[in-house]
Amino acid sequence: MTQKISRRRLIASLGAGAGGLLLPGCDRIGRSDTFRALDEAAQGLTMRAQRLVTDRTALAREYAPGDMSPTFRTNGNVLPRSPAYLAHLRTGFADWRLVVDGLVARPLALSLERLRRLPARTQITRHDCVEGWSAIGQWTGVPLKLLLDGAGLRPEARYIVFHCADDFRGRPYYESIDLIDAFHPQTILAWGMNGAPLPTGHGAPLRLRVERQLGYKHAKFVMRVEAVASFDHIHRGRGGYWEDAARYQWYAGI
Amino acid sequence: MTAVTVAAQHEVEPAPPRGGDIVVRHRLSTRIWHWLNALTVIIMLMSGLMIFNAHPRLYWGEYGANADHAWLEIRGDPSRGYLRVGALIVPTTGVLGHWRDRDGSLRLRAFPYWATIPSGYDLAGARAWHFLFAWLLVVPGLLYWAWSLANRHVQRDLAPRRAELSPRHIWHDIKSHARLRFPTGEAALRYNILQKASYLAVLFVLLPLIVLTGLAMSPAMDAAWPWLVDLFGGRQSARSIHFIVAMLLLAFILVHLVMVVLAGPVNEIRSMITGRYRLPKERAQ
Repeated sequence: MTQKISRRRLIASLGAGAGGLLLPGCDRIGRSDTFRALDEAAQGLTMRAQRLVTDRTALAREYAPGDMSPTFRTNGNVLPRSPAYLAHLRTGFADWRLVVDGLVARPLALSLERLRRLPARTQITRHDCVEGWSAIGQWTGVPLKLLLDGAGLRPEARYIVFHCADDFRGRPYYESIDLIDAFHPQTILAWGMNGAPLPTGHGAPLRLRVERQLGYKHAKFVMRVEAVASFDHIHRGRGGYWEDAARYQWYAGI
Repeated sequence: MTAVTVAAQHEVEPAPPRGGDIVVRHRLSTRIWHWLNALTVIIMLMSGLMIFNAHPRLYWGEYGANADHAWLEIRGDPSRGYLRVGALIVPTTGVLGHWRDRDGSLRLRAFPYWATIPSGYDLAGARAWHFLFAWLLVVPGLLYWAWSLANRHVQRDLAPRRAELSPRHIWHDIKSHARLRFPTGEAALRYNILQKASYLAVLFVLLPLIVLTGLAMSPAMDAAWPWLVDLFGGRQSARSIHFIVAMLLLAFILVHLVMVVLAGPVNEIRSMITGRYRLPKERAQ
């Protein structure tokens, strides 16, 4: 009997000790360079494995109008603070231009009217937030491919960066995708949502839809589309606001 | 002469092991996979709870967000914390939804710091842990599956025999477990029907389910394999099933640990490290 109690005591103290060591240990390991290198390797492996089993043009599911969420919540910034943006909002974006530049042969500056007259794609898709929730909504906009073809990508271009009007504590929102997603048929710059002009809370005048990735890649309030060879020199170099600020994974297919 | 030799050869067949004998119990493949999984599954569970903390509500169907009905949620306000499942509300103040951090400050997140990796709110950090260790769950898991089917560990040691499936036999095993009377001597070498059922359920039901529901939450995988999300009735259903299966795996681990302690932790843990196991002595001795 005494032996049993001591055994149990041993295990209990081992368990408490392991728990006590494990947690701060994991926090420390999680911040180490080795762990971050392993994380990057695993992310690369995940992206390559997903790309391996996914056709480049495999479409995200499109739903019927009856499948849509009754309420599509907003998140992130719902109203940029910049005076320039607020001025455009007051004038209905009449003098606003979307800039397409960077590694392109013919930089573009397109008005919202012009964008709305370009061939549009309408898709009812599911928006999956990294936090775990999902909402189904309808998006209408110009396929990014049309703009990139119009501007003519230079051969060095590898990524497309989306510069936004909103910011968190003075640090502007931005995102980036590679050319596989940039030329995907469902990748659009949406100016309409659920049959109406894109609401401010969802990113007016333009919001990126990149349907095979999580919500934080879907940049709102897009002002400028820049083709780059690398995003190392942009802000903190991790390819997006959340990637820089909170080490969100650049590839958000999972 | 020849006949005698043959007879003698028959006689040197080893006698069945008895209580007190040391026998080789677990194969190397089982031992390596066990300890790798012990680490992997705990990290997956704890990082998963942190991911859950980012949106502590579960839904059925394809979509689900704050305005939609959640069948399960963990909530906290400055006065209390509670878990709601359907219409049932369970007060959880101090543990879920309302708990004190290491420095004593009140937090209203769902799972407390001691249950999550990382211990402070960090969705991206938890996802880094979760998706790194997911590879360590899936790749060795598939190898173990293949290896254990090839060396007939599954068929020989885990597949129930016809006689074991009789309700009488199962009832008898449940009663012995409830009385904490575990098999002794040679009988302890074989898994009993409750062990077989739980190991088979973990190996061939829970682990595949948790991996497939995990993949079904990935928007890229849903584009590649649309059937995957349909299999579970929608992305939010897949997320709910993922959580339920995680809780079942946690329950398995807790019962498993209790059984190890009751059956003699030193002998059991040694057998999973070195493979050698001392057969429990027969009760008559």
